[in-house]
Order: sequence, then C-alpha cells, then structure tokens
Amino acid sequence: MKARQIYVPVLAVIVFLALWEALVWVMGWPNYKMASPSDLIPAYEKYWELFLIMGWQTLWRTVVGLLLAVIFGIALGMIMGFSRVMRDALYPLLVGFNAVPKATVVPIVALMFVGAHDFNTVLIAFMISFFPIAVSVSIGLSTLEPEYRDILRSLGASQATIFWKIALPKTLPEFFGALKVAVTLAFIGTNLMEIVSPHGRGLGALFDSGKTNSDYPLMFAVLIALAFLGIVLYYVVVALEKIFAGWADRTA
Amino acid sequence: MENLIEIKAVRHSYRTASGPLPVLDGLELSVPEGGFVAVVGPSGCGKSTLTRLVAGLLIPDHGEVNVHGTRITAPRSNVGMAFQNPVLLEWRTILQNVLLPLEIVPSKLSKAEGEERARRLLALVGLEGFENKRPSELSGGMKQRASLCRALIHSPEVLILDEPFGALDAFTREDLWQIMHRVKAEEPFTGVLITHDLRESIFLADQVVVLSGRPAKTQFVLDIPDTGVRTLDHLYTPEAAAMLNTLRHQIEIAQGRVPAGAAA
Repeated sequence: MKARQIYVPVLAVIVFLALWEALVWVMGWPNYKMASPSDLIPAYEKYWELFLIMGWQTLWRTVVGLLLAVIFGIALGMIMGFSRVMRDALYPLLVGFNAVPKATVVPIVALMFVGAHDFNTVLIAFMISFFPIAVSVSIGLSTLEPEYRDILRSLGASQATIFWKIALPKTLPEFFGALKVAVTLAFIGTNLMEIVSPHGRGLGALFDSGKTNSDYPLMFAVLIALAFLGIVLYYVVVALEKIFAGWADRTA
Repeated sequence: MENLIEIKAVRHSYRTASGPLPVLDGLELSVPEGGFVAVVGPSGCGKSTLTRLVAGLLIPDHGEVNVHGTRITAPRSNVGMAFQNPVLLEWRTILQNVLLPLEIVPSKLSKAEGEERARRLLALVGLEGFENKRPSELSGGMKQRASLCRALIHSPEVLILDEPFGALDAFTREDLWQIMHRVKAEEPFTGVLITHDLRESIFLADQVVVLSGRPAKTQFVLDIPDTGVRTLDHLYTPEAAAMLNTLRHQIEIAQGRVPAGAAA
C-alpha cells in the first residue's frame, strides 16, 4: 500500500470535519440543531467506556449477521444460479421479501422472539443483507459462458470440480461487490433493531438514550462512531477482496 | 487404414419450444489417425454440434460416433478443445492455465514433468517468457495460442478446434496458421477444425468436408494433396485457387443459392 493511499483519505476526512465545524460556526447553530465536531469530543470523553462496550456489541452482531448472510446468500445464489426452475420459482419471493421495509419487520421479530435481543438483532442484520449476495452469486453462476463448462466437461470433470475450479472463482468479483453493499446494509439492520426496539445494548441504544436525555452531541457522536465502524468493516472486505479476487483488478 | 474418428449416419435434433429442430441429418465423417479434417459450411448449419458430438458432450439421437473403434456415450478425457473464445481463467497465470487439464485427467506425468511439458508447448507457440503473465496481459492471438497449449497438454488423441482463429485479424490469423503447422510437426495429433475461412481450411487440413445447410449432412469432401511443407505462398498458386473455387461453389449450394447441378 502506497503512502498516498493512506494520507489522501485521512486528509479528506480532516477537510470534511473542518468544513463541518466552519458551517456550524458560520451559521451560529446551537448544538440541538447541529452539533459540531468540537462538541463531540466532550461526548466521547464522557462516555468512552460506553462507546467501547456498545460499539463492540453493535460490531459483533453486525458481523455475525453478515456471516450468516454470506453463507445463506451463497447457498441460495448457487441454487438459483444452477437451476432455471429454482430461479423462476424463487426470484419473485426474494424480490417481494426484499421490498418489505425492514423497519416494519423489526417490531414483528421483537414480538416473535421476545427477550432474545442478540438473536433478533443478528436476524435483522442478516435479513437485510443477504439479498445482494444471493443475487450476485446467482447471476455470476448463470452467466458463465458455456465454453468454460465444456473445457472441463470434455475432460470428464464432475459438476463439483467445475464449480470449484471455474464457477466459484469466476463469481468472486461480483460476490465482493455485493459484500461491500451488504456490509452497509447489515449495519442498518443492527441499528434498526437497536433503535426501534432498544434493549440497552449496542450503539443504537446509546443513540436512543442521547435522544431521551436531549444530549444532542451524544447523538451525533454515535452517528460518527457508526460511520467509523462501517468504514473499518468495509476496508476489511476490501482487504479480503484483494487477497481472493485481486486478479480482477485491471488498474494495476 | 483404421480411422480414429468415425461418424456414421448421425441424426440429431434440438428440442425447442416450437418442436424439435433438426440440426444434423446424414452426417458422415472419418478422420484417420494423424489426419486433420476441416469442416466448413453455412452459418448455423450444426458445425459446433459436430464438435460436441466428438467430445462426447452430446449424444446423437441416431447414428454412431466412434473414436478408436469405441462408441462415444459420455465425455472422455482423451480430447482437447479450443474455441473462438479462448476461455482462459483470469485468476491463473498462463502456465497454470495450460496445466489445468492435468488437474482433471489422470496423467502419468509428475507435477514437474507436466510443468516442463507446458513450458515446452508454450515455447513452441512462441509464448516463451509469458508463463507467469495473466491472460488479461496478453493480446487476442497470444491468448489463443495459450488456449491451444492447454488443449494439447494432456496429449489428447483428438484435438477439436471450433473456429479458434475466427475472432483474430487477418495477419495474426496467418501467423497462427503457421504456428499450427509447427505444432503438428512437433506434437502430432488427430484433428477436427471447424472454420468459416476456406483459405484456412485448405492451408491447414488434409481433407475439407463441406456440410449442407440445416439439417446438415456431408455434402462434399475435398482431399488436399500432400505437397510437403506448406507456406503461405501455396495459397496463391493456381492449384489453391482451383480448390478454393470448388469449395466456394459447394458453399453456395449448401446455402441454397445455386442448384446442385450448376456446380460442375
């Protein structure tokens, strides 16, 4: 990694924070209208322990939900990618399921599994994020040119060999593209549960308590913390992509 | 002489929404061991179906496809295929791409021997020094040469080439024709070449088979006399012009533009 790849994004963040600070200062907004970055520092100082604990809760539940989404999404994508019949059967169901706003599902899930807050949060993170993964894997597999299959089939290779040697690696770039979308979605899912049905856990609950106590800088501080976690997880995916699908990058 | 590939009275239809679509009807083809047969015919006449039959990827409705006297009923590992689309695996280096068949076919070669053979084949087609490049770093003609090495790595009994040079520019194509002769001299194979290019067919093959329009049958067979080492100059001799003319007339008949009697 070149130094430029680190200092350019860092510089961009600093410029963004400076503009934000200046905007609030120029407009003379009170912190209940819009907190400025300098208001956030005391919030972080005061609640740093809570940020660590609840940030961790949000993070692990998001990651677990995402892992489930990856496993289920790949399995579903394989089923739809290899079988036309299953593709025709499952697509309308899948699209319908995805079209239901997850905010409306949260209270239902919360009622269904009362008290199982960790489970519920993971479930919503999973439900909101598996769709792009399933679709990308299914498209990747179903658009495999027949010649790729023929090359191996003419040598007597089994379907499983064709999948491992060709279909799977060929689908990886699409898969990682979808995973980047899914990361963001999974965070939305976790926080939906934490905010709509707060249980005293996760950054969503911290946001909720900021709202209850009219602690506006705390609310903004939570948003920034969420953005930070999102960025971290996104770069984890980018790193994995570089390892497993770096060959697809043509800019080098 | 014993024929390595024998296709007898093959009939085949594809099932479509509007009923069966006959693609082959009365296909006859025999290729002696070490022979190289080019198959030409109008677009969509079932030439690619023919390659899939020989590879065992497709079993005909009627008739027989025999390789080495054994009737083909399933894919066997003794064929090598190359298509118009080189279908190299982008995540592998050229060397790893060429080695792919050895990972599937049971081979007597050790890993090191296989690699040595792959390097030799790559050198033979002029790709020395490109072993560790990715396919995306190669030109179309180079990819096609690598694809050819992959088709040959496991020393297949039958090499099936389905318009391998069709997407290349004219000069690159002529380069590859000459490379094909070099490869055949070093690594003898029995081959079936599907092509649209009549000059290509008479330059590379020792027999040209013209298929009729759909459903395709064997319409005409032209033997190319053995004139020793062929160079591109051969394509500009009166003999070559006469052969090309004959083939062109046969294609016109196959397309249904000229009645059969008018060809003579």
